[in-house]
Amino acid sequence: MGLTLSWLSIIILIPLAGLFLRTLELSPEQFWAILSSRRTLNALRVSFGLAFAAACVNLVMGSIIVWALVRYRFPGRRLFDAIVDVPFALPTAVAGVALTSLFAEKGWLGAPLAALGIKVAFTPLGIFIAMIFIGIPFVVRTVQPVLQDLDPEIEEAAGSLGASRWQTIIRVILPSLGPALLTGLALAFARAVGEYGSVIFIAGNLPNVSEIAPLLIVIRLSEFRYADATAIAVIMLVVSFVIIFAVNRLQRWAQNRIPVH
Amino acid sequence: MTIEVKNLVKKFGTFAALDGVDLKVDNGELVALLGPSGSGKTTLLRIIAGLDWPDSGEVSFNGEDALAQGARERNVGFVFQHYALFRHMTVFENVAFGLRVQPRAVRKDESSIRARVKELLDLVQLDWLADRYPSQLSGGQRQRIALARALAIEPRILLLDEPFGALDAKVRKELRKWLRSLHHEINVTSIFVTHDQEEALEVANRVVVMDKGKIEQIGSPNDVYERPATAFVHGFIGESIELPVQVADGVVRLGDRPLRLAAEGVASGASKLFVRRHDMLVGAPGSGAFEGAVRHVRNFGPVQRAEVALFDGETIEIDAPRDKELSVGERVGLDPRRYRIFTA
Repeated sequence: MGLTLSWLSIIILIPLAGLFLRTLELSPEQFWAILSSRRTLNALRVSFGLAFAAACVNLVMGSIIVWALVRYRFPGRRLFDAIVDVPFALPTAVAGVALTSLFAEKGWLGAPLAALGIKVAFTPLGIFIAMIFIGIPFVVRTVQPVLQDLDPEIEEAAGSLGASRWQTIIRVILPSLGPALLTGLALAFARAVGEYGSVIFIAGNLPNVSEIAPLLIVIRLSEFRYADATAIAVIMLVVSFVIIFAVNRLQRWAQNRIPVH
Repeated sequence: MTIEVKNLVKKFGTFAALDGVDLKVDNGELVALLGPSGSGKTTLLRIIAGLDWPDSGEVSFNGEDALAQGARERNVGFVFQHYALFRHMTVFENVAFGLRVQPRAVRKDESSIRARVKELLDLVQLDWLADRYPSQLSGGQRQRIALARALAIEPRILLLDEPFGALDAKVRKELRKWLRSLHHEINVTSIFVTHDQEEALEVANRVVVMDKGKIEQIGSPNDVYERPATAFVHGFIGESIELPVQVADGVVRLGDRPLRLAAEGVASGASKLFVRRHDMLVGAPGSGAFEGAVRHVRNFGPVQRAEVALFDGETIEIDAPRDKELSVGERVGLDPRRYRIFTA
């Protein structure tokens, strides 16, 4: 207990406290001015908005991938299973460069999309795609073990009681996976909000349009405006904490409805 | 509802789970499918339910082709060995599930659903558990809820796959009696699978004994116990002494020694002699067909169980009445009161 707390303090709490102390150098008026500036607000909107959208896409696509990996036996299944972890392991800058060259106007995917009039690289759409890329393993890896534990017999039971395939999915399978899905969503979201390396390569980093909050912090740091940087960091921290906490509560509520054996 | 199964074949790879099975179940019967694991009994049950499909053969309900319908349309109640309850739903919602997923046109209104679920929970005597979750129930309670859930859709047929297999011995015995009286009350055509002969003989009206994908015998519990049709049935049901013998021209030999046993109508060749343990009568040395020495006696319970080493080399276990206590080392003569000889 003591060890846990000391470790947690050294690793997490003390740096965070430093962050808050630094912002105290600012008067409330200055703090407010930094936060309410158009550039800060837009950066926060881009970061949180796109991260949430990417997490939602990952939730849906991740569930489909999990389903295929758990329920079907196909050649190369183990390979695909391993590939899911690539975004975990790949240095984010490498991912960013790869995605950028892929989606650039002359890239393999960028060229056909450009022909359709869709521009991905150096736009918010690029950020969105990078965030999907780095978030997908979180959903897959949290939902996979729970689906593996789900007895296929309950689907047969639902079928023999007259439920259609759709009713079985909505009424039986999804509720059983609920807590795991929420955890996966929260983790993918948290990762996408904090993502820096892969995003800055593909984003274009146009202020107010495709500039993410972590990048704005770095910019402020390079301008030696440390208090500005910490102020943005603090607000990101607070918003992230509130969101994760809310998801946690939601998850606990969902779990309580399914008492563990 | 009558169920008729004709020449059913189902293979898993090269393994024949069902190898030409014919069966007819009459309306209102309670039939047990009994056999060792791998005998195909569960496969047969799952095919009747529509959870599995045969490679060839026919299944019909009241003369109507059932294979044309999926599990969903067959209106069959199925009870799984491991209950398969929905763990995120209360007991009440589990039982109500089948009523709630009905097509809108025939779905009952909320108050009729509530009344029906209440009625079913009363039937399985667990109405006080309506608001609990499955994980808060004991195994026996879970299985009764699974049964209530299956009955909610007013199934034409009730199928139970090893319904008491995951329960401890005492609960099993209680639930057996309870299932029999429940069947008497609702009288729906039912088939249950078991590998426990006592369960099959005690609960069912008729027992179907299966082995290696084939039906060995169909009959009343009394038939399969008293008049086993094959060597497998004699060995599987009840406790039997099994001795390898040779039959030649009506004479039975164990090793080289002819036995004083009649064998009219038994084909010559290698055969198996079956005697129920309690049908082997103990007498003075020289009085019976067999001679031996008592090796071990377990004398508690209603009978004494003795291990006897026959002088022909085999060792057998017999059940003798307790009026005359046997002692270790004692020489005895043994004479089978009843026996059966099957060609090996």
